[in-house]
Amino acid sequence: MSIEKTKRQPREAIAMGVDQEQAERTIRCLVAKVGLDGHDRGAHVISRAFRDAGFEVIYSGLHRAPEEIVQATVQEDVDVLGISILSGAHDTLIPEIIDGLEEYDAFEDTLILVGGIIPDEDRDDLLELGVSEVFGPGASMEEMIQFVRENAPERE
Amino acid sequence: MSDLIAELLAGKHRALARVITKIENHEPGYRELVSQLHEHTGNADVIGITGSPGSGKSTLVDKLAATYREQGLTVGVIAIDPSSPFTGGAVLGDRIRMGSNIGDMDVFFRSMSARGTLGGLSTATTDAVKALDAFGKDKILIETVGAGQNEIDIVKTAETVLVLVPPGSGDDVQMLKAGILEIGDIFVVNKADLEGSDRTVQELREMLGYREGRVPSTVGHHGTTDVDATIEDSDEDDEWDPEIVETVAERGEGVNELLDVLADHQAYLDSSGRRDQQRRQRYAEEIRTLIREDANELLVEELEAQGGLDSFVQQVVDRELDPYTVSDSIIEPIAECLREQRADAESE
Repeated sequence: MSIEKTKRQPREAIAMGVDQEQAERTIRCLVAKVGLDGHDRGAHVISRAFRDAGFEVIYSGLHRAPEEIVQATVQEDVDVLGISILSGAHDTLIPEIIDGLEEYDAFEDTLILVGGIIPDEDRDDLLELGVSEVFGPGASMEEMIQFVRENAPERE
Repeated sequence: MSDLIAELLAGKHRALARVITKIENHEPGYRELVSQLHEHTGNADVIGITGSPGSGKSTLVDKLAATYREQGLTVGVIAIDPSSPFTGGAVLGDRIRMGSNIGDMDVFFRSMSARGTLGGLSTATTDAVKALDAFGKDKILIETVGAGQNEIDIVKTAETVLVLVPPGSGDDVQMLKAGILEIGDIFVVNKADLEGSDRTVQELREMLGYREGRVPSTVGHHGTTDVDATIEDSDEDDEWDPEIVETVAERGEGVNELLDVLADHQAYLDSSGRRDQQRRQRYAEEIRTLIREDANELLVEELEAQGGLDSFVQQVVDRELDPYTVSDSIIEPIAECLREQRADAESE
């Protein structure tokens, strides 16, 4: 009898009231770099912080097209899509990603976060499109992790 | 049938993704989902790819998937990466290499964390393969955790096992070690353009020769087929002779040759009756595992009901009980109950 079975505490599962059948929900995140933006130090730091918070992180790699991000989000069934953009192209790339997610029914139950350099005047536009939060320079890891824990979508 | 399964069978990607998530999380009801999938499975070829970290598994998987797509086949990929033993978190990086299948939804690529399991696969992998199979994928590629020497669970799930061996991966003592070299149906010396690849091929060939009592043939990259391609192909027994293929996955070299050998192996599985045998063995193993796990859970529950493991441990430490007695005291009532049921059934 392997009682020392390495099962993690179903922390989220308990919060959702699904403790039968030993449900163990792990938050899955896609950390995505999209477009012609070669700076991924931030994305790496966040991937690592998310990993250390017990999340499963899929890192997209650099220079991804919006359709790749959509493909990855749909197939990986991530709870959280974190898009890092420092190039200023967010106002074209993010709507494309959101359209793609809608096409595959993946928009409603994916928490979309944007990080990087986003001018204040664009923030509200992104939030209106369906982005849940925009994290700029100086946002703390704890803050982000907390936000993900509290807002990761509940799913049927 | 649940709506989710109906949508999956109808070809909805999101439903497939969600079913795999439910399987991975062991969410309530996942067993029913897998049960419903079962009758729709059995049509895909399942190919496992294993090898040490950095041997080029992800790149090769990408190229294999792209080549299958050129042939008009659909592909499912499950790529497993390790999880942290401390936090359970993981960074799943295999997707980065999937550059050849951008935006092609008919390559369904799914990253999985090993979630603490040793052996190179996650416990959910076999069930996730069923989901891809039922979805209608022609080829399913499973990429294991970067394996060293003993991560050989892949043989329990895949029909054909590719073992990637990078050039210069050690002297022949490494090759003599048990484990990973015993599970390969096809050995791929990837990065065959690197120095030392000839020597690695040579060592592999000798090693496999010891294993099979003969010299396996080599195809691929260097076109060395002239040497001994026809050796010992006399079907005196029904065994598959492991083949060695050289590839440079990054440039796609040798991939077509590898696909030919893969097709040969699949044909062999059918003609020799191995596939049928393999399936029977697997289902037997799966049933055994499920019974073991279910029984385990039942026993953990009973243990809790009787005061929990810690209290028994304390009594063992205090020399009031011994481990055997503890085990007997948990098992015996259950065994008793079952025996009574059997006796009742017989007397009826």
